[in-house]
This record gives sequence, C-alpha cells and structure tokens, in this order.
Amino acid sequence: MLNLLSRPFRGGIHPESYKTLTNGSGIDRFFWPRNVFLSLQLRNGATLTPLVKAGDSVTRGQLIASGRNDMVAPLHAPVNGIVTGITPHFSSHPSKVKCDTIIIRANSDRRWGETHPQQNYLALSSEQIIERVREAGIVGLGGAGFPTVVKLQFARKGGAHTLVINGGECEPYLTCDDVAMQEYAPEIIAGVKLLMIASGTKKAIIGVEDNKPNALAQLTSAASEDDAIEVRAAPSIYPMGSERHLIKFLTGAEVPTGGHAGMVGVLVHNIATARAVYQATRFRRPLVSRVITVSGKGIGAPRNVEVPVGTPVNEVIEYCGGVKESTSRLLFGGPMMGQVISSPYIPIDKTVGGILALTDDEVKTREQTECIRCGQCVRACPMGLMPFQMAAYARLSDFSKTEELGVNHCLSCGACSYVCPASLPLVQYFQFAKGSINANRLKAQRSATARALNEERVQRLEREAAAKAAAKAAKAAARKARPARGKVKETEND
Amino acid sequence: MIDFEPKAGPFAHTSNTSSRIMYTVVLTLLPAALMGIYQFGLASLQTILVCSVIAIVTEYLCLKLMGRAANACMDGSALLTGLLLAMSLPATVPMWLAGFGSAFAIIVGKQIYGGLGQNLFNPAMLARVMLLICFPVEMTNWAVPTPIDFSGNQVAVPQGWLQFDGVTAATPLSGLSHEPVSIVAQFLGLGGGSLGETSALLILLGGAVLLYRRIIHWAIPLSFVLGLCVPAAIASLIAPESFSSPLVQLFSGGAMLGAFYIATDLVTSPTSVRGQLIYGGACGALIWLIRSFGNYPEGVAFAVLIVNAASPLIDHYLRPSVFGSKSMARKS
Ligand code: SF4
Ligand code: SF4
Repeated sequence: MLNLLSRPFRGGIHPESYKTLTNGSGIDRFFWPRNVFLSLQLRNGATLTPLVKAGDSVTRGQLIASGRNDMVAPLHAPVNGIVTGITPHFSSHPSKVKCDTIIIRANSDRRWGETHPQQNYLALSSEQIIERVREAGIVGLGGAGFPTVVKLQFARKGGAHTLVINGGECEPYLTCDDVAMQEYAPEIIAGVKLLMIASGTKKAIIGVEDNKPNALAQLTSAASEDDAIEVRAAPSIYPMGSERHLIKFLTGAEVPTGGHAGMVGVLVHNIATARAVYQATRFRRPLVSRVITVSGKGIGAPRNVEVPVGTPVNEVIEYCGGVKESTSRLLFGGPMMGQVISSPYIPIDKTVGGILALTDDEVKTREQTECIRCGQCVRACPMGLMPFQMAAYARLSDFSKTEELGVNHCLSCGACSYVCPASLPLVQYFQFAKGSINANRLKAQRSATARALNEERVQRLEREAAAKAAAKAAKAAARKARPARGKVKETEND
Repeated sequence: MIDFEPKAGPFAHTSNTSSRIMYTVVLTLLPAALMGIYQFGLASLQTILVCSVIAIVTEYLCLKLMGRAANACMDGSALLTGLLLAMSLPATVPMWLAGFGSAFAIIVGKQIYGGLGQNLFNPAMLARVMLLICFPVEMTNWAVPTPIDFSGNQVAVPQGWLQFDGVTAATPLSGLSHEPVSIVAQFLGLGGGSLGETSALLILLGGAVLLYRRIIHWAIPLSFVLGLCVPAAIASLIAPESFSSPLVQLFSGGAMLGAFYIATDLVTSPTSVRGQLIYGGACGALIWLIRSFGNYPEGVAFAVLIVNAASPLIDHYLRPSVFGSKSMARKS
C-alpha cells in the first residue's frame, strides 16, 4: 500500500524484466550483414524515390533514396557494396506486403564512404543543426519512428521550454538504451545539448528507470558540467517509458487527453535519438545503423548488437547463436508492445529496438476464460480507462460505446492484458475497435466530403441557373428597354 | 514451432489465473471453516461438504446442458460459492436444505445470468436470503457452540422465532442480550452464530492474506467497516441502552465475513477504487440500519444484495478519470 501512495502515476504494472539476459555484456560491434534490404515504403505508406539503380556501387553513408517532404526521412546506404536490384521484398510491416526495396550486397569494408572534417558542433546555429538532422534521415528511435526534424521544428514553433529525454526503457528484455547510456554517455549528453539548441528549449531532463544504476551513474557524471541538464532516476514501473507518464513524473505536467506533449511545452526524444543527432551534427554521419537487443530464452546467445539498418532478421539471429527449438514467437521490440515478426526474412528498419525469441514458458499463452470483473485491469491501466467494459462493448461490435469509454486514449500498452487472470486478449479487442472506429470516421469523412461537394455542385448549378435566368431577364429587359429607349430617343428626336 | 501469425500483444503474462484466485480465496477461508467444525461438531462438516459438492455438481450439469466446456466446473468459483453459502448457514441445517440452497445459488444465482462473471447478485447471499424467507424455522435453528473437544454429544437448541442471531447466549445484535458475550470471546469466535462467521480473528487473517496477495483491494473492507462502525459509534454514544457498540457490531454475525469475503466478491462489486469506497460504505451502513431498525437482527445478506444491485450503476458513473482529462478541463 505504501508503494501505492508513492506511485508516480495511477496504474502501471511490474512485469518480470528479464533484463539481466543482456544488460551486463556491452555492445557487440562486430556484426556485419551479407545483404541489406531497404524498403522504399515506410510503415505509414509514404514512399521514397530511389537515387540509385541495379548495378551501382554505393558507399556507406551515401544518399540512396529521398522522400518528398520532411515527413519521409531519406535513406542512406548502411554498407559499402553493390546494388543488386530494386525489387519487391518484405518490409517491416507485419502484414507481409512486399514493396519495392533496394537490395545491396555488402562487402567487408566498414569504412564510411565520405569523411567530413569535425565541427565545433556547439557553435552551430539552430537552423544548421536542424539541417544536419534532416540530411541524416534521423527518426525517433524509441519506436514511433517520427522524423526528428519535424518534431524539432514543431517544438521551435510551439515554444517548447523543456526537453525530456526518454531513457525509461520500461519494456522487459530490452537493454539497448541501457548499454548505450553506459557506453556512450558523453555522446548522448552532447546530443542533448544539440537538441536543446535546435529546439530552443532552455532545460533538459533525462529520465532513466532506477533499475539501470550504471547508466544513471554514467549519465550523471557526463552531465555534471551542465546545469541545464538534469538526470533523474524514475521508479521502474511499466509503462514509465510512455511519453505522457514520463512527462508527468519528471515535470508534473499532465498532457491533456487526446493532446500531445507540445501542449505542455515539452519535447520528448529518445536516448538513442540524441546520440544519432550528435553523430549527424559532429561527423555528418547519417543514421545507418543502430544498437538492438537480441534476447529471449529462445536465443542462443542473447546480447546487444549494433546492426546496419536493413539487415534481415535471420542474419542477426544467426549471428546471435540461432533460435532454440522451444521458441514460439519472434518479436520486434519488447514483449508488451512489440510486433510479431511474420517472416524471418523481414529486414529491420530504423524503429526496431530489439529482436526477441520467446518460448512458451515466457509468453504464458493460456486459454482465455470469462471475465470475472476482478478489476485488475482497471487498476493496472495507466490511462484511467475501464478495459473490461471497453472489451465487452468491443466484443459486441458496439464501437460508439467503446469510443465513449475512451478506447481512443488507449496506449495499447498491454498492462491490462498482462494482469488479466482470465487471459483475455484485451489489447486485441481495442485495436480492432480502434481500427473500426477509424475506418468509420474515414467513411463518414469521405461521405461528408462527397456530400459537401455535391451540395457545392447543386449550389453552383443553382447559382449558374440563377445567373443564367438573371442574364436572360436582363437581356429581355434590355431588349424591352432598347426599343423603349429607342422610342424615347425617337420621341426625343421628335 | 515458431508462430509467425501476427497477433496483438502483449507476449508476456502474469502467472495469475482466475482459478488460482478462486482457490486462494477458498484456502484462506478454511481456517474459519475449521473453527466452525471445531465449535459445532461434525454436523457442520457435513454442511460444508454437501454445499460444496452440490455446487460443483450443479455447475457441471448446467455447463453440460448449455454445451460449454464442462471442466470449467473445477475452476474454483463453484466451490467458493458453495463454501461461502455453508459458512453463512446455521451449523445444523438439514442436509437437503443445504443442498437445495447450494443448487439454487448456482442455477438462479449464477448460470441463469450466463455463467461466470455475468451474475448481478452474489450467488451465496441470494441463496441464503431465499432459504431464510422460505424456510425461516430451519434457518434460525441456531446451535449452541459445543466444541467437539469437550463433549461428544452435540446440543442443538431449536428456537422457533424469526430472529436471526438471537438464539444462543450470544445475541448482542438483537439488543436484548441479558448476558452479553465479551467482545474478546466474539473476536476469537467463541460466541454463537452461523457456521463460519463466528471467528472474526480467523476471517481477519484470511482477509489479510487476500489483501497481501492483491486479490481484493483495501477499498471495500475499509469502507465497509467504516460504514458500519461510524453510525454505530454515533448511535451508541447518543443512546447506549438501545444501540450496541461498534465493536459488537463488527465482530458479531456475518459482518467480518461480509467485509472481507462477501462484499468483495469480484464479480458483483464495482471495479474502480472510488466506486468500491462508495459500495463498501453503503453496504456497511445498510447493515447497521437493518440490524438496528429492521425486522431481522442480521442484515449482511440483504445489504449485500442491495448494493450488488447498485454495483453496475456505480461502475457506470464512477469511472476513474482518464489520464490528462483534468489538465484538459483546466485548459478549456
Ligand atoms: S482483469 Fe480480466 S478478468 Fe479482471 S476485470 Fe479485467 S478483463 Fe475482467
Ligand atoms: S492497453 Fe489501453 S486499456 Fe489496457 S492498460 Fe494500456 S492504456 Fe489501458
């Protein structure tokens, strides 16, 4: 009960962490892929235009595809090698759709293609930093994959005052941010300074869960010279890494329901993103690789490994000792919010923070029973929702009621499903409901647009008809008036 | 075998299950049940067995009839219903009555609503009230506690009147007791009463385990006890001769069992903390009202049924506030 009172926010759970599988051994930097697959379509459907063709040889860091606007981050070659083709291949999307993909056969040369002189990066202006971030194709590495440049510009325009750096990493198993903080603390702090300059924020708070004491110590010492950067330990409670909840804990501000962090003057970036910004600004190195956690009891030799973007899952897993017989699920990301890997040939993209091979023992799939209204889910939900009620309505396909209960505010964090003693697939119901609500809204929007267009057309026709009629009447009047006038004239003339 | 089929997460889960919850509750009830057997003799053991077995058998038949997976009858919920009913019956009820009540609890109290998790009323309390109304004589046939250690022959004193707890020497609830049992004796369970309701101490211990294991939440027991004791304290301060003291109220009859095991029934209680506070408080206060002003000296079962009926309403109106809704209200 005591820890109930001292909770940083309502709800939340303490899932088994399994972090010790990988948090002690540092980053493995020796992996190198044979082929990389760079999808030209992002998860949200936006496409990129390739700047290379089959047979071209490319160098590491070379720009190979660009997007239409800032919402689509450009792609760079993560390895030196030869483009073997631009053909349809699996993307990271779980639906296994194939989209056009640049395939590069890598050679063993790991050097960057072009080296730039180092910069006195702290002397750069906000615009210059933003430009570098744009060039480097940096996206949020915490999972959402939103282009960093867009976030920075929003924050500048919106007058954000606080930069929150998310080192929560509350998902079980994942330790890639943890080890990055331990090994790259100075780079991260430099990146934080750059982000502050770029976004115009005056203060930065780095929140790290207190189950990472080494990372906390490293960051604290690296940040000790700068008064504007504060490193804070946050209690380990899932989902501490959720943007809203971290902001609430660190600044006390509550992001309004349905709103975003900018509304309370906060900009949130991930630890790994901060480091990427440093690399991009100081060395002009684009984002072409990232540290991921390869873990789970199904993995032969769990570890954190730096992998070039576009490496297919099977190559990484092979490198980490392969999977064991008992593996029942492969996942991108953590077990709470991660996504099923639907084929071992799927390449990792910039947003993937981990590959997990979980055994049945860990997943604990059980037969679903009836809801006993125990209220565990209600007390676990960090958003203050009533999961069992929403699920009941979603099951009945009563989506308006589900929406009324707030399903759109659901983070899909999975805390409710995790604690449910009846093993109900609550999140699945909510995603289904959200999907249907969205589809309905789109339909409504479309028919509203159609209706508006139609109305407009009717009005236009009416207007035209009226104009025509008016013109006709005017003409008729003119016709009538002319002889009259003529008469008048005549009479005048008379 | 790796399953590549996409599915929504999470891919981790507690090892807690509904069944485990039910059996934990049953286990924590056992000390109080054993105390009942010790006090009232083998007849009470019989009552407990009959209620439990009939509950499970009835559940099995219902599930079969409805074409559902019949092994769900062993999920512990039917057993718990049977046990709770037995605990709230006088020790010496006839076997047929106990069995009938137990079957009624499962059929009318639970399966008619659609089975586990769907029922509006606490099945055990529904059955108890039904029995009390239909068979008032048998249901108020209170046994004098005759611990089996000391005498082999059990004495049951039949009493014909309609009062609930007012039979043996321990009738503090009716306000007529000539020779009040000490509160300590009541707390330890040496007074009279229903089979499993006598020892407040053992029930308290069981409840503590449930709280510790987070199976029940503190909100209901706390507000229940306050709802019962606060009015009792005020009334007994004003008119000590006609109202019993809060401690007597708390440790007699089914109050403790109600606070920790019956009002907290997962299915029929509200889920949000705010809702639970109101629910528990209302339940406690109703018990006091029924005991003090109603025709029945005991009111736990009635009070629980009444607040059960309000529980969906409470859940509907007292939802937790959505994260960020306050700051949104401030903004606008
Ligand atoms: S945790 Fe599961 S069983 Fe309990 S109320 Fe929620 S949905 Fe129902
Ligand atoms: S998945 Fe949604 S409903 Fe469930 S706990 Fe998380 S926010 Fe609440």
